[in-house]
Amino acid sequence: MMDNQQSVLRRVLLHGLLIVGVIFSIGPFYWMVVGATNPSGEILSSPPTILPGSYLVENMTNLHDAIPILRNLFNSIVIAVIFVFASLLVCSAAGYAFAKYDFKGNRVIFASFLLAMMIPYQATIIPLFQLFSALDWINTYRAVILPQVCYPFAIFLIRQNMKGIPDSMIEAARIDGAGEISIFFKLALPTMKPALAAVGIFLFTHQWNNFMWPLIVMTTQENYTLPVALSTLAGLNSIDYGQLMLGTAISVVPIMVVFLILQKHFVSGILGGSVKE
Amino acid sequence: MAVQAEKKEKRKWITPKTAPYFFLFPAVLLFLAFMVYPIIASLILSFQTRVEGVYQFSGLDNYIRLFSDPIFYKALGNTFIILFVQVPIMLFIALLLAVFLNVKFLRARAFYRVSFFTPAVTSLVAASIIFILLLNTDYGLVNFILASIGLEKVEWLTNSFWARVSLILVTTWRWAGYNMVILLAGLQNIPNDLYEAASIDGASQIRKFFHITIPQLKPVLLFTFVLSTIGTFQLFDEPYNLTNGGPNNATLTITYYLYNQGFNYFDFGYASAIAILSYYLSLFYHGYNLRW
Repeated sequence: MMDNQQSVLRRVLLHGLLIVGVIFSIGPFYWMVVGATNPSGEILSSPPTILPGSYLVENMTNLHDAIPILRNLFNSIVIAVIFVFASLLVCSAAGYAFAKYDFKGNRVIFASFLLAMMIPYQATIIPLFQLFSALDWINTYRAVILPQVCYPFAIFLIRQNMKGIPDSMIEAARIDGAGEISIFFKLALPTMKPALAAVGIFLFTHQWNNFMWPLIVMTTQENYTLPVALSTLAGLNSIDYGQLMLGTAISVVPIMVVFLILQKHFVSGILGGSVKE
Repeated sequence: MAVQAEKKEKRKWITPKTAPYFFLFPAVLLFLAFMVYPIIASLILSFQTRVEGVYQFSGLDNYIRLFSDPIFYKALGNTFIILFVQVPIMLFIALLLAVFLNVKFLRARAFYRVSFFTPAVTSLVAASIIFILLLNTDYGLVNFILASIGLEKVEWLTNSFWARVSLILVTTWRWAGYNMVILLAGLQNIPNDLYEAASIDGASQIRKFFHITIPQLKPVLLFTFVLSTIGTFQLFDEPYNLTNGGPNNATLTITYYLYNQGFNYFDFGYASAIAILSYYLSLFYHGYNLRW
């Protein structure tokens, strides 16, 4: 009896603490929704409005007048999608070579990729900016996309997973007369779908949220990605919080929906591409 | 016929021996162009100063200037504050949440996990902007709550001390759930027999935590620690958007200072010296910690 009471108490305490945690982690998103659906004046009043309002359409109109938000959304989507596919192709080809071939330089090249994971990104930005200026690539999609297409962490994850493909399967395909390239595309890649999905989602989130580099290379409003556009909007002297929160919601909601649908892949993406529950 | 011949020709090129080089070629090319070249160029640039529009060799000038630059020391200090205060707090919260979520028979585990992880998919810019509103001195929700329970309003973003606290708060909010997920996976990999054996020996929950959980979790903890350290040395998005590095440089980080020197003053030589020095600092810090 005593024991039972204690365990009920413990359970209540545990859920109580966890719910406080949930309020802290989800609360700010609720506040974003409140902000996005109320006029700025309502948001900045005391006591503050705590319920979602009906000012969404007006905020959208104002936001659209202030910055080319739909264009920014389009830029973010196009850049992230191209980046994910380019990076998956390049990194899975490299990961496949490291995992399934015994060749001179395998270890050395792989080790130097791993070492590069430790290099802070900002150590490369100044020469890259100079290089892209010289090439006249400033303010283009490729300037944002290209530098990180070869993503060492993705190569590492894909290599780990590719190791699981049995050599006998590849050998059998060779005996059937399949070329190396078609073995990669028709045999290795299809068996890797879950891992590629996990890595792809990881890369997508990374690029979607990428800020510093697009801030540096994108120089006109029409070419900004969402984070850069929002940051500029927030930096204005007279901030309209309704607009700003709606813009923030536009950048947050798509990725959150993708996350809710594909959570398992998200989690396995940061856990080394292994899908387990 | 011609197609057939061409096919044969192709097959000669890409054999099981040469194939790995073909597969690696794009990655290596991009790696050399966008990783190796910039690092070397950064190093060279850090020994140069622009004179009348042309970069000229100037020896250690940039580094000498760096070592006597009070703002650089301030940025360095701020970065280390984050490293020594924010990282431990965040990892502690993450571990606590992970341990709670690992309790057997916990109901609604998936709900909690999703809730805690959600901030980690938000961009740092979005996170900062939401907190600018929450932490607004006159109209923010946080100060409203503080005022309504009789506490004084806090100048979250405009007072040096509290601006740092805010930066720590936002960074922790954004990353705690991310680390929790990694730690939870680590906890789930600890074999259950260990706990059962300890229970038979009559060990308490707390003893089990310190004598089984922590030692077993050490590699994973180290992993989250290294990730957070790398992140701290790159900290830019949050101070840029939350506080503009202020007030009075109180939230200026190394990377932010690098950005200012490079892209506000276009002093690429000096900015490169900052980049190279911060690179070595982070390497040393990792090396020092991974010794154990």
